[in-house]
Amino acid sequence: MAVAVRLALIVLLLLGPGGWGHTEPSRDSLREELVITPLPSGDVAATFQFRTRWDSELQREEVSHYRLFPKALGQLISKYSLQELHLSFTQGFWRTRYWGPPFLQAPSGAELWVWFQDTVTDVDKSWKELSNVLSGIFCASLNFIDSTNTVIPTASFKPLGLANGTDHYFLRYAVLPREVVCTENLTPWKKLLPCSSKAGLSVLLKADRLFHTSYHSQAVHIRPVCRNARCTSISWELRQTLSVVFDAFVTGQGKKDWSLFRMFSRTLTEPCPLAAESRVYVDITSSKQDNETLEVNPPPLTTYQDVILGTQKTYAVYDLLDTAVINNSRNLNLQLKWKRPPENGYIHYQPAQDRLQPHLLEMLIQLPANSVTKVSIQFERALLKWTEYTPDPNHGFYVSPSVLSALVPSIVASKPVDWEESPLFNSLFPGSDSSSYFVRLYTEPLLVNLPTPDFSMPYNVICLTCTVVAVCYGSFYNLLTRTFHIEEPSKGGLAKRLANLIRRARGVPPL
Amino acid sequence: MAANSFRPRVLTALAGLLALSFGSLADSRIEDQAEQFFRSGHTNNWAVLVCTSRFWFNYRHVANTLSVYRSVKRLGIPDSHIVLMLADDMACNARNPKPATVFSHKNMELNVYGDDVEVDYRSYEVTVENFLRVLTGRVPPGTPRSKRLLSDDRSNILIYMTGHGGNGFLKFQDSEEITNIELADAFEQMWQKRRYNELLFIIDTCQGASMYERFYSPNIMALASSQVGEDSLSHQPDPAIGVHLMDRYTFYVLEFLEEINPASQTNMNDLFQVCPKSLCVSTPGHRTDLFQRDPKNVLITDFFGSVRKVEITTETISLQPDLGIMESSNKEDQIDEERMEPLKYAEQLPVAQIIHQENLFKSAILLLGQRMN
Repeated sequence: MAVAVRLALIVLLLLGPGGWGHTEPSRDSLREELVITPLPSGDVAATFQFRTRWDSELQREEVSHYRLFPKALGQLISKYSLQELHLSFTQGFWRTRYWGPPFLQAPSGAELWVWFQDTVTDVDKSWKELSNVLSGIFCASLNFIDSTNTVIPTASFKPLGLANGTDHYFLRYAVLPREVVCTENLTPWKKLLPCSSKAGLSVLLKADRLFHTSYHSQAVHIRPVCRNARCTSISWELRQTLSVVFDAFVTGQGKKDWSLFRMFSRTLTEPCPLAAESRVYVDITSSKQDNETLEVNPPPLTTYQDVILGTQKTYAVYDLLDTAVINNSRNLNLQLKWKRPPENGYIHYQPAQDRLQPHLLEMLIQLPANSVTKVSIQFERALLKWTEYTPDPNHGFYVSPSVLSALVPSIVASKPVDWEESPLFNSLFPGSDSSSYFVRLYTEPLLVNLPTPDFSMPYNVICLTCTVVAVCYGSFYNLLTRTFHIEEPSKGGLAKRLANLIRRARGVPPL
Repeated sequence: MAANSFRPRVLTALAGLLALSFGSLADSRIEDQAEQFFRSGHTNNWAVLVCTSRFWFNYRHVANTLSVYRSVKRLGIPDSHIVLMLADDMACNARNPKPATVFSHKNMELNVYGDDVEVDYRSYEVTVENFLRVLTGRVPPGTPRSKRLLSDDRSNILIYMTGHGGNGFLKFQDSEEITNIELADAFEQMWQKRRYNELLFIIDTCQGASMYERFYSPNIMALASSQVGEDSLSHQPDPAIGVHLMDRYTFYVLEFLEEINPASQTNMNDLFQVCPKSLCVSTPGHRTDLFQRDPKNVLITDFFGSVRKVEITTETISLQPDLGIMESSNKEDQIDEERMEPLKYAEQLPVAQIIHQENLFKSAILLLGQRMN
């Protein structure tokens, strides 16, 4: 114990003079950014990217000093001779139809694809060991990756970084769709960040908000990039990305207004002191949609415009290293509000009351040019009482036609009409001004086929009930209330004597 | 005269006696202090926390394990010394109305999942084989450090298991069981390989006492939530989440542990009294016959915390600079040699190259054949 303390003291004292003697520029740098994109469906997408760039050739020299680049990943690169590593954990699915194209999509579950360098002799063995090590680092069941779920793509998944040659023998790809993403994967991911959820953009990474989302994807990408414009030496780039989509209904309680506090339950308090750049971008391209304008609060100091994924986009930029945006006394809580301009319209609606009055809906609409406007209204007919039906209910019920009264702009200006001089067909409607004419149009009436009751049923029921009552009740009544007694047969009667004669003649017993 | 000389002699005798007694008291106090230092022979603490149940309605087993994890972390055991095995994911389960949380008290008072949790074995990895491999240390090569129990002969290990059990077995993931004999043999292997100094085994299942009946290795203390023939019951459901949140025994153990801090002197006898029959409905049991120390001398923090013994010294130490390390730090400053031709990025979708790839593919297969040979 004391020996360990002594060793620690030795190391600390030596690093002191070694460090102070040489003031070289630091060889690694951190850039962090957050992009907030309001989506067409009212949801909002937030994409974090933390990029650590290290100007060092990890294979050539033995590295023992790690500053911003995490040691766990740096040792992986040198031990397994990695060229590139891409690992992602995703929960949910990016709905391109509702949300637009993503920056970087990942499959649901865990995905790992790796390019090894061409110095590796047994790629499959390195692949298996690498997936075991990664399962320990990220607390995931990546150790289930084996030959049964690994493939070697032959045409796609080309290296995203610098590459000497692309012999696909050194590429391995595996997906585990059953893998769950939860806080236990986020915790080690956050610990790889230089500022580690204490300052900068990573304070917003709170698990209880990030997992209450429609889409959650966190990834680690390692690749070699050009160090300078001439591209004669390599730097290692580590990108940690996290994309979430907050649902308007689940998280937003139905409202389209968002703020950093509403999304993450935190605001930005200070920039990460280790970051060279720390920015927040808000997508204000579609700032006017559906008659609503997007207002971003506080107003941005700069904007950024570029063609992203094929379309021209504009972003509001907030630089956290700028003291005008954020400082000790002020937090940054970005707010996005949708504002409707005041409408010049008129709507009058009078709902129906059963057996008293019908629906009345009157709307004044300004139709935009070169467009189709559809107006529809849903209504219900209440069931009638059986005496209120017409004698022919199978014909159906009529709904009265709608009326459209319109002022149509005319192509040719007309002069005012003199009612006595002009023909009768021109003086039906009083014309207000020469630029438009009035017209009143009607739609077709609607014949609705409603289910009709079976009107013979009351008669059927009465018959059946009466029969049952008569037969059952009547029989019981008779049995219970009537008495039976034996009747003596009567003696005389001429007809009887005659009948007995005939019977004796026939041989049939007498009456 | 005789009386006069008698009194001072008695007084001096009394004074001498008092001095002697004070001296012996001081000596015994030092001895007590020295003895306290060597009270328990462990130098590091490990914890293996296992939840063996799958499916949403077994939420309470995951909450049990996470509450012990939370206490153990709070009292000082770091993540690198905890092996946490959860057989199913409750926090990010699609049925959890509050994702990324696991609650132990109703009305969502205490989130035992927290923001800083590292699960080492999860979902399908929690099997009887993996559990026994972790205990005995016979893990496959390539297992990362966080998934190994790297204990030595001076480690105190806490093993907590929860799930559904019966007389003599514990069910893993609804598909296999571990028996009390297998568990006892695993502990004996650990003893033979000197993988523990002392071991505390806590189990919260139905008929839990049957699991510790067969232990035969020394230095094991065991606690169970119910006796053979009894069921361990769950504590309270939460109407918002819809399932029972915790089991009774572990709920009261959690409440007991919330009052412990790293400096606490509470001993094991208090842990034995934690859940009387009136609260737990089942009768908790314990077994201490294999344990060498008296339970009243065993601190809770001996197993649940990681209390280090620190020696503070006031001597001054002078150090000599090591030239070897200075030279190697100078080497790093050399500029990397630059290449002559610039490097370039690969084309992401080279259509022409892909279409004409047949030839390339064939040569790659030839190369593969050469390498395999």
